[in-house]
Amino acid sequence: MSWIIARRRRPAAGYAALLLGLVVVAALYASVTSSGGAQAASTTGSSGAAAGQKLFITNCSSCHGLEAQGSSQAPSLIGAGAAAVDFQMSTGRMPCSGGPAAQCPEHPVTKSQQQIFDIADYIAGLGGGPAIPDSQQVSTVGADTALGYQLFSTNCAQCHGFAGAGGALTYGKYAPSLVAATPTQIYEAMLTGPEAMPVFGDGVIPPQAKRDIIAYVEQTKTEPNPGGFSLGRTGTVTEGLLAWLGGLGFLVLIAMWITARRRKPHAVAAAEANAWPTEEWPAEETLPIETPQTAHLPGIEH
Amino acid sequence: MTSTVPKPVSGVGGFLDDRFHGARGMRVFMRKIFPDHWSFMLGEIALWSFVILLLTGTFLALFFVPSAAPVIYHGSYSKLDGAEMSQAYQSVLNISFDVRGGLLIRQIHHWAADMFMVAIIAHMLRVFFTGAYRKPREINWLIGVVIFTMGLLEGLFGYSLPDDQLSGAGLRITEGVIQGIPIIGTYGAYFLFGGPYPGTSIIPRMYILHVLVIPGLILGLITAHLFIMVHQKHTQMPGLGNTEKNVRGQPFFPYFIAKGQAWFFFIFGALVLLSTFAQINPIWLYGPYTPVAISSASQPDFYMGILEGSLRMMPAWETNFLGHTISWSVLIPALVPLGIIFTGMAMWPFFEQWATGDRSWHNINDRPRNAPIRTATGMAAVTFYGVLWAEGANDVLSNNLQIPLYTITWISRFLVFLGPAIAFMATRRICIALQRKDAQELAHGYESGIIRQLPTGEFIEVHQPVSEENAAVLAANKPLPALPPAGTEDENGVPAPLGTGVLGKARAYANRGFAESVPPETNGHDDHGSNGHGSNGHAAVTAGHSPEELEP
Amino acid sequence: MSDIEPTEGPVAPHRVIGTPPAAPPMVPAQVAEGEVLPGHIPADPEFTEHAKNAERVVAALFILAFIAGCGFIAAYVGIQVHSVDQTLRSNLALGTSLSVTLLALAAGSLIWVRHVMPDVEMEEERHDLQSTAAERAAFQEYAVEAGRASQVGKRPLLRRTLLLATAPLAIAPVVLLRDMGPLPGTSLRQTAWSPGRRLLVYGTNQPLTPAEFTSPGSMITVVPEGYQDDLDALAKAAVILIKFAPGQLDGFPTRTDGSTVLGTPNWIVDNMVAYSKICTHLGCPVALYEATTHHILCPCHQSTFNAAVGAAVIFGPAARPLPQLPITTDAAGYLVAKSDFNEPVGPSFWERG
Repeated sequence: MSWIIARRRRPAAGYAALLLGLVVVAALYASVTSSGGAQAASTTGSSGAAAGQKLFITNCSSCHGLEAQGSSQAPSLIGAGAAAVDFQMSTGRMPCSGGPAAQCPEHPVTKSQQQIFDIADYIAGLGGGPAIPDSQQVSTVGADTALGYQLFSTNCAQCHGFAGAGGALTYGKYAPSLVAATPTQIYEAMLTGPEAMPVFGDGVIPPQAKRDIIAYVEQTKTEPNPGGFSLGRTGTVTEGLLAWLGGLGFLVLIAMWITARRRKPHAVAAAEANAWPTEEWPAEETLPIETPQTAHLPGIEH
Repeated sequence: MTSTVPKPVSGVGGFLDDRFHGARGMRVFMRKIFPDHWSFMLGEIALWSFVILLLTGTFLALFFVPSAAPVIYHGSYSKLDGAEMSQAYQSVLNISFDVRGGLLIRQIHHWAADMFMVAIIAHMLRVFFTGAYRKPREINWLIGVVIFTMGLLEGLFGYSLPDDQLSGAGLRITEGVIQGIPIIGTYGAYFLFGGPYPGTSIIPRMYILHVLVIPGLILGLITAHLFIMVHQKHTQMPGLGNTEKNVRGQPFFPYFIAKGQAWFFFIFGALVLLSTFAQINPIWLYGPYTPVAISSASQPDFYMGILEGSLRMMPAWETNFLGHTISWSVLIPALVPLGIIFTGMAMWPFFEQWATGDRSWHNINDRPRNAPIRTATGMAAVTFYGVLWAEGANDVLSNNLQIPLYTITWISRFLVFLGPAIAFMATRRICIALQRKDAQELAHGYESGIIRQLPTGEFIEVHQPVSEENAAVLAANKPLPALPPAGTEDENGVPAPLGTGVLGKARAYANRGFAESVPPETNGHDDHGSNGHGSNGHAAVTAGHSPEELEP
Repeated sequence: MSDIEPTEGPVAPHRVIGTPPAAPPMVPAQVAEGEVLPGHIPADPEFTEHAKNAERVVAALFILAFIAGCGFIAAYVGIQVHSVDQTLRSNLALGTSLSVTLLALAAGSLIWVRHVMPDVEMEEERHDLQSTAAERAAFQEYAVEAGRASQVGKRPLLRRTLLLATAPLAIAPVVLLRDMGPLPGTSLRQTAWSPGRRLLVYGTNQPLTPAEFTSPGSMITVVPEGYQDDLDALAKAAVILIKFAPGQLDGFPTRTDGSTVLGTPNWIVDNMVAYSKICTHLGCPVALYEATTHHILCPCHQSTFNAAVGAAVIFGPAARPLPQLPITTDAAGYLVAKSDFNEPVGPSFWERG
């Protein structure tokens, strides 16, 4: 401790304190926002629609109704389909607890995939609806990314951004980033149109076209940025910020270096001043200035 | 002490001198003194960025195809294999992925374009806030305003040439704005685009404007700008020994040239650093342009941002009459904010001359605090510009800060008026307060951090006199006297310049504002009756001063 | 002016107690007004040891620049492009080597100036920019003389016919621009849509039957058949087709302009409505459809239209609703346009009406 105190006036002390503060804050933040992984699969034995119903009643019926008929807080799920359930739950949007009123944000997923399938089975049994696509249906082998580009740019990019980075909608809603979405989730989202997203049924965007879109999105996501850091892939706003803060900031510092007044080299200055005093008090004989309060005192220089 | 010039230099020098009579001129020029301050180097950022733009642009022009003719792509960027695109777009993909160094040069070009505009704005703000546009430099200021305008256009055409989805949306908006101009709009749009939008003429036309016409104009203007600056000599900051009649600094050769060369390499190096590690304008991600598609977060490059912001901010106002439509929600944003800023910029030196009645030469810069009205107006303009600029990014702000979209727009609708007003008032008061502080420091010395205890037990802080250098800077505050009131005559019978009409009253009002300044001689106390202080009924002169600062 | 006596002994540095010691003094201090600055540059720097060290640093930087420069050439020769990954590598290599070269050159040059060259401050006089009275008088005299000799002042016939002669020449460049483009005529009022023209899904180019577009909350971009690759046509003819659930379109208004019907429930097929995708503000594709609120948001300037009530404007700078495309089905069951739009699409213009 005294080691720290003895060095508290060093120039580096300030930086060290700042670094310590940052580390502490980062640690606190990380502890608060730990992402929980999926819990262990339920070991209650039965699976399928029956288990799904039990899970549904426990986790979903408070908003969606005991028979998924809906309520003032949540829509009916009859006819929503297994795909909708899988999408909403595997992305962590459901169960929706808190978050901004406009839209349920993605939470860490707390149900296992099997549990999600069970609930999906149950909902599918209630009223049909789109099924969860299998791996063949979302395979991007042989896909036409040029067509995927055309479809994505005309139907998706206006909300999700040209590179799937997301975008703002009205009244606090937003189109999320696609970076974390799996091909299955993208397929399901197109099929079921979650929340404000429109539905892109197989009649207008056939399954192959959906695969083309998914291939385009996946390739865009995984493609490296050959020009350097992507600056968020949101376009010119971040570029302009960097030009001002990074570019001009750096150059102004250089300009200050270029035009700084020359100083004597340290060795020469030290030798000349023979130990440049660090904290030199004026000589004791020099008395303070005269003020009305001190004018009458002896020894004050007038 | 004479030393001999090396033979090669004297040989060439002699050859030229025989033909051009250059010896004296060269000596004068080589010995020319350039004052030193970091803020004087901002304009050079723009200059060197322009040079870099010319160099990289020439390289790009060797590969770019300015044609909108459609082709099917089969190049190296496999994600778009089979996609239909214009030849222009294909050539830019080619430059990026099939020409070694192509992507680097492309990015340097674009970063340099952004830095060019950044530097112009920063330089312009420096010149404004230091009053360096005053006589005899008004023409140079106007040239700068024109260069700024040309730069805006040049950048707009430049980033629209690759014909990608993002810049195509900007072109669509440009066409819509032109189309909306009363009477001549539709003709203007059809003439510019060679027919209905988008047509195939716009790309080759923008190309020739971008590589020949506008750079030629800018180059000519920059040359004139520099020539005038060298002829009139640069201004200098207030300081010890700096007068209106001299320039102090270091000679052109070798000092200024060496520093200038270092600055060029620093700027170039910074741009290349940005181009290596910060991706800019990734047109392959945007995709080729179709008028059917668009992306969220579609913004132009930052220097067009205020146009974008003003368009987003407008309510829906349109009038129809007698078979004609005027769309105010297009016309007002397109013309008014930029009009205010550019006209204001161009008029300002002359407005300030009119308001202050000051027709003398000024070669010493003002410290911004010593010209409260000018600085406050500048900050109001900066706030105005900034609110519009921020509104232009409202969807990005909304998405990243989780503020609802319309809320941002509503806030900016009010802030665009309130912000400049508040900025003006706050800045003016801050300037006057800083002037008072300067006057106090000059009169009483600076606080040395040394605390002494008097025999009475009282603690005081010892003030040391400011150094000669600092005193010269602090004392360089010479507020302009107010113009004499209208209708009076001075001792020689010359009538006062203020008129009595409406314009005269306006001038008197402006003049009172400009003259309100705290000169150093008042020692930081408000002296009523000097320099038209104002009517705020300030209380007793000694109020608020601590004992040790009172006059003995 | 100052009511403080300067203290004797070392003057306290201009800083707060506890901060690091001041840097060594500047060299040289600025001299007072009137004091003569040296007129010649000293041949050598003042601190020779320091200059020697600086020289070594500069040399090292220049050597670094050389190495990096060679690295640039090597990277160019050695690293091919033709793929995104390769381009990344090439850009990184070329860019890093070039940055190092330039910045090393820059830093080396700067240290050379600041630490190897002798420090000097010189002064120059600013000459009056204004000419002397004699010069002005001489100029005026000659100007008047020359002006008189040109006879321009005395012979109005010459003057006026000269102006007359040059007037057409001045106008000619403007006239030459006429063929830059055709006159707009009525072309802004028409699009490629015509009676019976099928709606094709953009991209897949497939026609649509109502049966294929069944999910409420669906939206798709459609274009006229035959024009799917014509950008000029698409810039006005792009359309969004939106599917509603039964009952959601009950409040759909009829919009007229005089005797012309601009929007009506009659143009709705099976709860499907077709609107122009070209924003009535400035022509961006207006395509953000929010299925829950039925709002169509344009990403350019946030004009918002309510698709359930004829695309009426509810926010933003657009002043007019999106034009509605009259649609029906043809004999084969495919969705077709009944006719062109009944009003011009896209941004407003003077002659719009």
